[in-house]
Amino acid sequence: MAERKKPKLAVWKFSSCDGCQLSLIDCEDELLAIADEVRISYFLEATRKVEKGPYDISLVEGSITTPHDIKAIREVRKQSKVLVTIGACATAGGIQALRNFKNVKEFIRCVYAHPEYIDTLTTSTAVSDHVHVDFELRGCPISKHQLLELLNATLNGRKPNVSHHSQCIECKRNGVVCRMVAAGTPCLGPVTQAGCGTLCPSKDRGCYGCFGPMETPNTASLAAHLKELGQSGRDVQRLFRSFNANAEAFRKESESHG
Amino acid sequence: MAETRTIKVEALARVEGEGSLHVKVRDGKIKELHFGIFEPPRFFEAFLRGRDFREVPDITARICGICPIAYLMGASQAMEDALGIQVTKPIRDLRRLIYCGEWIESHALHVYMLHAPDFLGLADALELAAVDRTLVEKALRLKKIGNEILEVIGGRAIHPVGLKVGGFYKAPKRKELRALEDSLKWGLETSIATAKLVGGFEFPEVEQDYNFMALRHPDEYAIHEGRLVTSRGLDIPVRDFLDHVEEEHVPWSNALHGYAKDGSPHHVGPLARYNLNYDKLSPTAQAAAKDGGLGPVVRNPFKSIVVRSVELVQVYEDALKLVRDYEEPDKACVEVEPKAGEGHGCTEAPRGICYHRYKLDKDGSVLDARIIPPTAQNQKVIELDLVKVVEANLAKDDDTIKWRAEQAIRNYDPCISCATHFLKLEMDRG
Repeated sequence: MAERKKPKLAVWKFSSCDGCQLSLIDCEDELLAIADEVRISYFLEATRKVEKGPYDISLVEGSITTPHDIKAIREVRKQSKVLVTIGACATAGGIQALRNFKNVKEFIRCVYAHPEYIDTLTTSTAVSDHVHVDFELRGCPISKHQLLELLNATLNGRKPNVSHHSQCIECKRNGVVCRMVAAGTPCLGPVTQAGCGTLCPSKDRGCYGCFGPMETPNTASLAAHLKELGQSGRDVQRLFRSFNANAEAFRKESESHG
Repeated sequence: MAETRTIKVEALARVEGEGSLHVKVRDGKIKELHFGIFEPPRFFEAFLRGRDFREVPDITARICGICPIAYLMGASQAMEDALGIQVTKPIRDLRRLIYCGEWIESHALHVYMLHAPDFLGLADALELAAVDRTLVEKALRLKKIGNEILEVIGGRAIHPVGLKVGGFYKAPKRKELRALEDSLKWGLETSIATAKLVGGFEFPEVEQDYNFMALRHPDEYAIHEGRLVTSRGLDIPVRDFLDHVEEEHVPWSNALHGYAKDGSPHHVGPLARYNLNYDKLSPTAQAAAKDGGLGPVVRNPFKSIVVRSVELVQVYEDALKLVRDYEEPDKACVEVEPKAGEGHGCTEAPRGICYHRYKLDKDGSVLDARIIPPTAQNQKVIELDLVKVVEANLAKDDDTIKWRAEQAIRNYDPCISCATHFLKLEMDRG
C-alpha cells in the first residue's frame, strides 16, 4: 500500500543560537511520533537530506541581519503554506538587536580585524518586519510544550492554544509568591507574556522578559514601580533591553530611560 | 591538459549553525581549501560593553543553545576571578553536576543523532529509526536524562535560569536530585554499551600529529576548572591563555581562526581531553574505552565518536556520584559586590575549551569582553584534516567526497553559531 501523503515540514535558520530548533529535537518523547505524522523535508541541524518545496509548515528561527537574509526569507515565504516564527530572535530580533541602538560600524571594528570582510545590515529585525507571518511562538528559547501544541494544532487545522496574558497571572495560578512584593526583586512579570512555565520566580529570581511583551502591557507603570524599588534609569533601560529589546513595547520603554 | 575540479558543500548539515567548504583542485592536487563560517556576526563582544557584570552569564548563554552552560559558567567564573571571590565546595559540585547534564545532552545528541548516521550511510537519525526504532528510542532517552539534570538544577534545558555569578539562585531539593538516580544508573549502563557499539564502526585510516589543548585537573577529569595544558608541554593558568593563543580574521569566514602563537594550530575537544587526561578517566570509563577499541592515545579524528561515548560513561558515573552525595547547601551562592578588575574563565564545553575575559569598571559595568569559543579554535585543524581526507578520496566522485568531507567536519561536533563570530562544500576542479 502506498504511504499516506504526509505534510512537509521545513525548519529554517537565520541569525540565532540554534536553541529554538534544538527544542524540536529536545522533544525526546515525541520526536519519533512527530516524524510519523510529518515529512521532515528540510532541517539542516538534524539531516543532510534536502527536499524541494513547497512546504506545508515552515518553522523559522533567527532574525534578519544581512542583505542575503532578506532575499532568503522572501523565498521561504513563497515556498511555505504556513510560516511560523519560533523564538525571540525571529519574533523580535533577539539579543543581537542591541546593535539597533548603537553604531554597527564601530561594532564590526570592535570584533573583527578586517571590517571589509563583513556583510551585515545595521539592524537585527523580526521576520514579520519582512514577510507575512502566520503565527509567532515566543521565548528565548521557545517552550517545547508550546511547540508541540503548535504542531498539533496546525496539523489539525485549528488555532494553537497559546496564552497572551502576563506572567503575573501564571504566578498567581501556580501559587508562586510574588518576588517583587515579597522581596523587592525587580521583575518584568507584569508586562511579559506567559508561557515559560513560571521558571524564574520559581527559582527565586525576577522574570527577565524572555517571552517578550504581553498584549497591551503597561510598561510605564512598571518602570515607575521599579524606580520606587531603587532602580536607576540605566537599570530600567537594561532590564527592557535584553532578548526582546526590539519588541516595540520594550523598545519604546527603554528609550524613556537611561 | 590541465584538469580542474571544484567541489562545494553549500550548507553543511547536522552541525549547529551554518558553514561551507570550498575546495579547488588542479591536476589532481588540492590548490586551495577553505572551511568557511557564513553564520552572520552577532557582535556579542561589542554589545556586552556597558552591561552589568551580573547580566553577562545570561546574555552570553545566547551565543549557543546547545552549550549554554559553557557560557553561563565561563562568564560567571571570569566575573568571580575579576571580583576576587571563590565559591564553596557545594556550589562547585552542583556546577559540575549541571555541566555533566550538558555533556550528556550534547554528546548523546552528537553520537547518535548527528554523527552515527555517517558511519551507517544514512542521512539522519530518522532513517536509523526506520531500521532500528528501539535503538533511537534508547538514544533519545540517553539524551533526555542530561536535559533532566539541567531542568532540575537550572529550570530549563536550553538557557537555564538558575545560575548566576557566585553560584545559583536556588539550590535544588535533595529528593528532586535523588529522583534521577535510577535514570542515571540506566544511562551509565547504556553509555558503556554505546562505546562498544560505536567502537565497532569502520573508521577511515587518518592520523594526525595534533597539538592537543585541554584543561587538566589534579583530582578529576577536567570539565569546569583546571590548568591549560598541551601535548607539546605547555602548562599554564587560564589567565595566561591569550599569551599563547591568537585569533586571525580570514576573508572566507565570519569566525575568527584561533591558533597557538608558536604557529601550530591546536586541537580542542574530546580527542584533546582524552589524550591529555586519559589517566584521570575512571576505571569504568577506561574499560569502556578498551571495549570500544581505544588505547590511551587516539589520533584518528573519526574515532572522536568513540571518545565522546567514553566521556558519556565518565559524566554519567560522575553525575550519579554527585547526585548520591548531594546535600542541600546552606547558601546557594556567595555574595558578590562590584569592583574594578579583570577576570578570566575557561571551561570544557562539550566541543572543547571556551575562554572568556572581561574588564570591569568600578560600578561593575563591562568595559571590554573577549570570548574565544571552541569551534573558532578548531577551524585550522579541521582544514588540515580536510586536506588529508579530500586528498585520499580525490579519485572518487564529488558526492562521495562531499559526504566524507562533511563527516570529517562533523568529527569536531562544530558549533557554528558559537564560532561566528560555518558549511557550504565548494569543490573547484577547474
